[in-house]
Amino acid sequence: MNQHIADHVFSDIDPDMIERLTVNKRELFRQAVIRLGGLASAPLVLAAASQQAFAGGIPKKIVDTLNFALTLEYIENAFYNAGLKRGVVPARYRAIFKIIALHEAQHVAFLKSALGSSAVKPPKADFTAGGKYADVFSNFRTFLTLSQTFEDLGVAAYKGQAANLMANGDILTAALQIHSVEARHAAEVRRIGGKKAWHGAFDEPLSKAAVLAAATPFLKG
Amino acid sequence: MDGTKNTFDPPNMSRRHLLRWSGAVASVALAGVMLPNFGISEALAADLGGGDIGILNYAYALEQLEAAFYTMVIASPYVGMSKREHAILTDIRDHEIAHRRFLKKNLGSKAIPSLQVNFAAVNFSSRNSVLTTAKTFEDLGVSAYNGAARYIKTPGYLLAAGKIVSVEARHAAVIRDLLKPNSNSFAGPDVVGAHGLDVVRSPGKVLAAAGPFIKSNVTANNLPGV
Repeated sequence: MNQHIADHVFSDIDPDMIERLTVNKRELFRQAVIRLGGLASAPLVLAAASQQAFAGGIPKKIVDTLNFALTLEYIENAFYNAGLKRGVVPARYRAIFKIIALHEAQHVAFLKSALGSSAVKPPKADFTAGGKYADVFSNFRTFLTLSQTFEDLGVAAYKGQAANLMANGDILTAALQIHSVEARHAAEVRRIGGKKAWHGAFDEPLSKAAVLAAATPFLKG
Repeated sequence: MDGTKNTFDPPNMSRRHLLRWSGAVASVALAGVMLPNFGISEALAADLGGGDIGILNYAYALEQLEAAFYTMVIASPYVGMSKREHAILTDIRDHEIAHRRFLKKNLGSKAIPSLQVNFAAVNFSSRNSVLTTAKTFEDLGVSAYNGAARYIKTPGYLLAAGKIVSVEARHAAVIRDLLKPNSNSFAGPDVVGAHGLDVVRSPGKVLAAAGPFIKSNVTANNLPGV
């Protein structure tokens, strides 16, 4: 993983955590891959009425990529639902996090619908990352830190996967339409945290392996 | 441009004369002032080109427009521009200039010339006029990259477009928050649809929307998606 990029995405997570995330955690990673496994190759129908039909169903590469995206959306969706339910978001920011939560729920529904029976199940999440962020749903600063991490991670993840969707213009377009919504979220969450909304003129991608390694601490084994 | 307008519904027009047609409209808006390019034969017009080059030139044209706009915004700040707003708009200016430079460099000898712009409809001393125009350009840029991606054949160019579009989306969110602080406008229902998907526009629709701001004579005869 490119350390420079990692610094951007994980700028608010403590150095010890970055170390853990960027080190090759073979076992956790293997589990994450298994969790993402069982990717069926049954014919799929894109929710947004794809104009491009594939003779033998949507290629496995696209199914895998959409399931990867769905896993990230499940995590975001669960995170914001829990945050709003637990009341960690101050009243003045509630409209913001309500629409973010709505979008993540819509992304989950959209991707599940696109994948049909090939959709992976939601992972079991632990947003304290084993106790590291114990106050995530009682301290807004902690909540904000993880929110920013998930949003920037989502932007980098979709960007990194775009080339894998080039075989289908409709699916690629839909994924990019999600990608820019995640970027809007990321900018707003950073703004609330008193940070610049961007890292510079160009947003960098992350590989699937790097994204999974980053997300793994928030998944229960 | 209408200061409150935030959507684009371009009229039907032939693709051959897309930007030239828009240039003619711009001259009408300037109350009869004859634009220098008006009436120049199409043979002298720059064409964006086809394939990936066409898409890159298309992006280059949009980034030229944005860079020119924010350069003017910072050169003559609107009344009451706060320090924070000045810092944000300076960053955005620098990003758009970096995008413009990046695309020009990648296009090399295939790059279209520098475009003449027309911001007669923008009141640069008015915060609302400037920020509303900025919102329009940023949302348009996001929808343009989202809509053009499917026509890109080279994976490296797709990634480059991805690296730019999310920065445009970050700009859009911040500008929208300046106009409506702490609301859901940063990703409001006017830009994010029922499935949580951002707006997407074909190159044809984007060029029709951007045309009035571009004085130069440019054609898009071979551009995919027009």
